[in-house]
Amino acid sequence: MIVAGPANANSATASGAAPALLEIENLGKRFGGFVALENITLSVPAGERLGLIGPNGSGKSTLVNCICGTLRNEQGTVQFGGQRLDGLQAHQRTHLGLARSFQLPRPFVSLTLADNIRIPLLYTVATRSGSRHTAHEVEERCAALLRQVGLGDKARRLPRDLTQVEMRKLELARAMAAEPKLLIADEAMAGLTHSEIEDILSLLIRLNEQGVTIILIEHIMSAVMSFSRRLVVLVSGRKIADGMPDDVMRDPEVERAYLGQ
Amino acid sequence: MIFSFDLLINAVVSGILIGGFYAAVTSGVSLSFGILDIVNIAHPAFIILGSYIAYIANATLGVDPILASIVMMPLFFVLGSGIYQVYYVSFEKRGQESLRGLAFFFGLLFITEVTLVLYFGVDYRYVEARYIGPSWHFAMLDIPLRILVPCLVSLIMTTGLQIFLTRSFLGRAVMAVAQDQLALRLMAVDPIKIKRIAFGISIATASLAGAFLIIIQPVEPSVGREYIGRIFAICVLGGMGSLPGTVIAAMLLGVVESLTSTFYGPSWAPAVSFGFLLLTLAVRPAGLLGR
Amino acid sequence: MRTPAFLLIWLAVSAAVFAASVWLGNDYIFFAGYVVLQYVVLGTAWNILGGYCGYVNFGSAAFFALGAYSTVAIYKLITEHEFYRMPIPVLMLIGGIVSGIVGFGMGYLTLRLRGAFFAIATLALAVVLQTLVVNWDYVGGSRGAYIIRPEQIEPIGNYIRYLFLIMMLLAVAAITIARLIEHSRLGYGFASIRDDELAAEASGVPTLRLKLIATTISGALMGMAGAPFPYYIGYLQPSSTFGLDYAVNSIAMPLIGGTTSWVGPLIGALLLGSLQQIATVTISSAVNLLIVGFLLVIFVIIAPNGIVGLIHTYLQRKPEDFVGRRHVKAEMPGRVP
Repeated sequence: MIVAGPANANSATASGAAPALLEIENLGKRFGGFVALENITLSVPAGERLGLIGPNGSGKSTLVNCICGTLRNEQGTVQFGGQRLDGLQAHQRTHLGLARSFQLPRPFVSLTLADNIRIPLLYTVATRSGSRHTAHEVEERCAALLRQVGLGDKARRLPRDLTQVEMRKLELARAMAAEPKLLIADEAMAGLTHSEIEDILSLLIRLNEQGVTIILIEHIMSAVMSFSRRLVVLVSGRKIADGMPDDVMRDPEVERAYLGQ
Repeated sequence: MIFSFDLLINAVVSGILIGGFYAAVTSGVSLSFGILDIVNIAHPAFIILGSYIAYIANATLGVDPILASIVMMPLFFVLGSGIYQVYYVSFEKRGQESLRGLAFFFGLLFITEVTLVLYFGVDYRYVEARYIGPSWHFAMLDIPLRILVPCLVSLIMTTGLQIFLTRSFLGRAVMAVAQDQLALRLMAVDPIKIKRIAFGISIATASLAGAFLIIIQPVEPSVGREYIGRIFAICVLGGMGSLPGTVIAAMLLGVVESLTSTFYGPSWAPAVSFGFLLLTLAVRPAGLLGR
Repeated sequence: MRTPAFLLIWLAVSAAVFAASVWLGNDYIFFAGYVVLQYVVLGTAWNILGGYCGYVNFGSAAFFALGAYSTVAIYKLITEHEFYRMPIPVLMLIGGIVSGIVGFGMGYLTLRLRGAFFAIATLALAVVLQTLVVNWDYVGGSRGAYIIRPEQIEPIGNYIRYLFLIMMLLAVAAITIARLIEHSRLGYGFASIRDDELAAEASGVPTLRLKLIATTISGALMGMAGAPFPYYIGYLQPSSTFGLDYAVNSIAMPLIGGTTSWVGPLIGALLLGSLQQIATVTISSAVNLLIVGFLLVIFVIIAPNGIVGLIHTYLQRKPEDFVGRRHVKAEMPGRVP
């Protein structure tokens, strides 16, 4: 594999400007002989609404896993809020303000919804602020978060009682509970109806307006287009386009590699 | 301890031979744990069961223990298939295999051992056959036939299993079942049925391995426990489910154990496998020939 | 209920049990009761790692034996050098520290991998520690070691009563610790690990550190349960101290009782432990182990949440009969019936 130089020509922020919230440089990841990601360079400034698209197997989830520390990247660096993430475990990255929702919801099946939310509150928010909330405050916060995603009446239920949509909402609520600076929503809308998608989109937009940077990984193009202010396209582990959504969609390479098939 | 070249060579050779036997003991677990992802810690108990069946056949009918165990293999296959069916319905289907599935196999291990104790007591049992006793002598080497014969038959069995897994349709389906159940379904193959067959085969190998065991050493019900560490050390070291890897790892462990017991005393040998296992897990979790 | 209140209630129960046993005047009760209480500790300790975190430990016997053998080693040291005789609580502390360290070390080596590897490693650990003890002549090797138990101790009287009392206090301590964990931040962290480690990490749970805490606490409690054992048994042998019956009992009791709360192991140990004490006297010790094996297999198949789960399901089915007792449900959060 060719090792690229330290140049970051297509990074959005020019040198000299304040560093972006998330800076990925020359990221590479391989599984055995299979190259999953190659020379990914990406810069996400604070407050961004970024859509990340690409066909199945293009490396989107691998990229998320490398950012969040579930996988270790062999090459390149990831910086978050000016801090290098290499060597940090996943939970340490969460403490720094990086949260994700999983593509397939992974609830804590033996815990009630409120307790599902409680985990990031106890382990991330409390660790970050250094102070412990009272039991009552935690309780309130859990209830508020569940209300926010429309699960307010199910706080005492177990995840197995939920529908697919509710499961995804729980997944989002749990990620939000960590009070992240950057939220990566990995296919939060697959299999949802139009109005449900609207619900989740408006939720994400509201979060963004409160200052949370959001990376949305999605197959549903209408949702991505209405949400994103910037669009990045991955194909076969390489970034082939990065820019304003409308411009990206008109890019002939994107059309050929992704939409044309 | 006086170092002697004779001793060293003999230790290495007998280690390799014992390793051949270990391969037979482990191949079943390589199949169940390595390929099917079923943590059958009761495997050693089935091996001991095999030993006792060979013992009964030998003591009452005078049948050769290896022959008896080959005759018993279909029965072990049925037993294995039945156990997998229970395991599947009770744990795998419900997604509870990690905690309760393990406890289930542990319970089976325990039941088998205690039943054997109740029935046969804790006396050591042994078998009789023409190849138990004599040795072959080459130069400085001294090869007891009671170890050579199990080693050779074991290598035949392992090779046969490898050919089955790589060449036959059923074997390939077994290899595929762990990785791509969807593809199997598309080929109109029921993955549960494949797993049932594969688990049956893995238990069937225990019949033969049990005969080898009682040929090599006298057996009492709790002997199986010593093999738990060994079996899983070899399985992990061999790369989880690779039969050639299993054979190499088995021989490696055999040699190290044999050297340990020659130069430090046999009572230290059981500790070797655990050291191996821990080292493998800590340093190279993918094993020697990792996938 | 607050922890001090919980502790006080159980201390009161213990005092009542002890007083009743003394009143009955038969020392056999203390001999049998000691074993049952020992299993309460072992089952509870196992459950902290197995039930709360979902990591199966097959090596309970090894941790138990480590505690027992640290007592033997100290006993030898004392009798040879005529040191001050150490009281049993101190020996328990030492046994707990030794087993806790081993638990930590084993966790550190294997917990980065899938759960099954941990389970296998614990099984192998039991064999290896047994090998070490068999080869360690100072503590008797394969021949075993004798410990002379004092006849009397002031002011309790017969020494077995003293051992019984100590084991009862340890059992109370163990269930209090288990309950404290359950209702704390640690308990929620453990539950998240049991359910989904990846999601737990993503929620900020330091899974490796928490698992190490669990292996250490669990191992230490088992070692503490083992420390007084040489004084109880008088003659300690590797083959029986490392016996599979400790391993199987400390798994069977929580699984039969129920693994998600401190109540399960307690119920399981009291029930199964008493049953075995009766069966050992009336039938034979091998048969009673067979019963345990069968009960374990049957329970994991038909009652995945043990007796507590069965009771819970029953209460849920007929809530109108048990309106006043609904708090039972609230006491045990996060259980899947």
